[in-house]
Amino acid sequence: MQSNTTVQVDRRRGGGSPTRRRGIGRRFLQSVGLPYLFLSPYLVLFAVFFIVPLLYALHLSLYVTRLVGGTTFVGADNYKQVFQDSNFWEGVRRMFFFGIFQVPIMLGLALAFGLLLDGGSVRFKTLFRLGFFLPYAIPSVVAALLWGYLYGKGFGLFDYVANWAHLPSPDFLGDSGMVPSLANIVTWQWTGYNMVIIYAALKAIPIDLYDAATVDGASGWQIARYVKLPLVLPAIMLTTIFSIIGTLQLFNEPQIMNSLAPGVIQDHYTPNLYAYNVAFTNQEFNYSAAISFVLGTVAFLASYVFMLVVSRRSAD
Amino acid sequence: MAAKISDTGRSPRDRSAQGFWSRQTLIMVFMFLFLIYFILPLFWLVVSSTKTDADLFATFGLWFGDSFNLFTNIHSVFTRDGGVYREWLWNTAYYAICSAAGSAFIATLAGYTFAKFRFPGRNVIFSMVLGSILIPLTALAVPTYLLLNNIGLINTPLAVILPSLVNPFGVYLMRIYTEQSLPDELLDAARVDGANELRIFFSVVLRIVAPGFVTVLLFSFVGTWNNYFLPLLVLSKPDFYPLTVGLASWNSLASGGGGSQILFSIVLTGSLIAIIPLMTAFLLLQRYWESGLTFGGVKA
Repeated sequence: MQSNTTVQVDRRRGGGSPTRRRGIGRRFLQSVGLPYLFLSPYLVLFAVFFIVPLLYALHLSLYVTRLVGGTTFVGADNYKQVFQDSNFWEGVRRMFFFGIFQVPIMLGLALAFGLLLDGGSVRFKTLFRLGFFLPYAIPSVVAALLWGYLYGKGFGLFDYVANWAHLPSPDFLGDSGMVPSLANIVTWQWTGYNMVIIYAALKAIPIDLYDAATVDGASGWQIARYVKLPLVLPAIMLTTIFSIIGTLQLFNEPQIMNSLAPGVIQDHYTPNLYAYNVAFTNQEFNYSAAISFVLGTVAFLASYVFMLVVSRRSAD
Repeated sequence: MAAKISDTGRSPRDRSAQGFWSRQTLIMVFMFLFLIYFILPLFWLVVSSTKTDADLFATFGLWFGDSFNLFTNIHSVFTRDGGVYREWLWNTAYYAICSAAGSAFIATLAGYTFAKFRFPGRNVIFSMVLGSILIPLTALAVPTYLLLNNIGLINTPLAVILPSLVNPFGVYLMRIYTEQSLPDELLDAARVDGANELRIFFSVVLRIVAPGFVTVLLFSFVGTWNNYFLPLLVLSKPDFYPLTVGLASWNSLASGGGGSQILFSIVLTGSLIAIIPLMTAFLLLQRYWESGLTFGGVKA
């Protein structure tokens, strides 16, 4: 910092008055023009593909388009309909139930793997880290059809093993089996990704902190619980929020499973699937926009409430 | 380690060393069980793509069948429907490379600006970028589709590439990475040397933040390569499909049964070919993305 100031002073002294005059213009350019120039690619795209669609969705959701009569302004009518739409809330309830179990299991595993790989009692760390992470590189479409084949009744791997052991066929794709089956696909895909984020946060903890705790005679478990866990809490929060949003947006996996179990996965199985089908099968873009908007708000509120609860907890 | 401690013969340490050993075994068993869980489906996929459609249903899934049919399957994948798979592969690579390079570059530029410049509106804009992470993209699906439709971009590569360039998490990661890795003194020195700001960005900043850049590049590459929802919305002609949408369409034909001629073995072999590039990229670039994420993790 100190040397930096001296350098600038030296330069001014040498340059004389013309430099100083240019310096003022340059300073303005530096402080406003340049940053905005550098930001402009992102800001333009952000405006076109985020702000405008968001406002457009809001706009769409306030109108109704009919074959006869054209487009009319209906105010909050679409939203009233969403709030009374049992198809929509059935999907939301299903995803809520899904998330209550799936997110803690996935993040609990990710945290356990992260702590174990960061601690001293596991060997072949790179093998585990890469092996656990690998499913993240698989497109969710492939993951879903891959697991679909494993689950399948009459041809799947589990069925084959069950037959061989003279056990009844497991019903992964039935009415009650589908939610856990989907949860398993998501867990398979995303545990490693979340582990990597948590592991990165663990690696960023300064070594001195461990040394101090080790000198004080803390056990590996105590260090994990009282030193590491509080320090990676922000990373856990981040992964939780991503998971909440991801859960409410669940689309690819059920959409792929639909071809295996069309009777179970209906058009409104998840709220996102519902919004998609309302828009692109029924061509009701206005109503779909309202559904998406309510879904977005639910996801935003869920993340927000979660952050509020955690920050209040950790403040106590 | 355990042996060394018990050599010293101190009893409390001894007991803990033994406990340590057995706990370590349990932990390793736990880790290996999960390794099997994560790897087994991929192994099954590899095995399955060597089988004929008949073997696929008749033989045990986790071992090779009576015939080795991998090359026939690969041939079928690439010749089915007039060789459309080749188009899908090419489209996917094209969309992913353009989106990844573009979004990583734009995010680096923005992250650097947020990290190293003080300007009016900085905090407001950055909060908006962060806030946008919390908005599910599906809320934007229908209007994005309608907008792209209005400007005539539906069924063009740009319909997939342009929305993929907006990567708020990349901006966030690059801001933190730049703050942590790029000293102000270096920028000042370059300015004193008379380098203009663009040159500073290209020859100083980009070089220093390269690991962060590679991280964002790789993750947005994966994001676009694996994306299904966006291309499903904005592309309806099979010639423009990426692998995900193409494979899903084959899969629903195969599962639908009836008169369709798509075989499961082809869908599975096509899936295997689709995932090889990304797995290779992750394994080869491991050092880069792990160090890039570690920096991001400091404040993440």
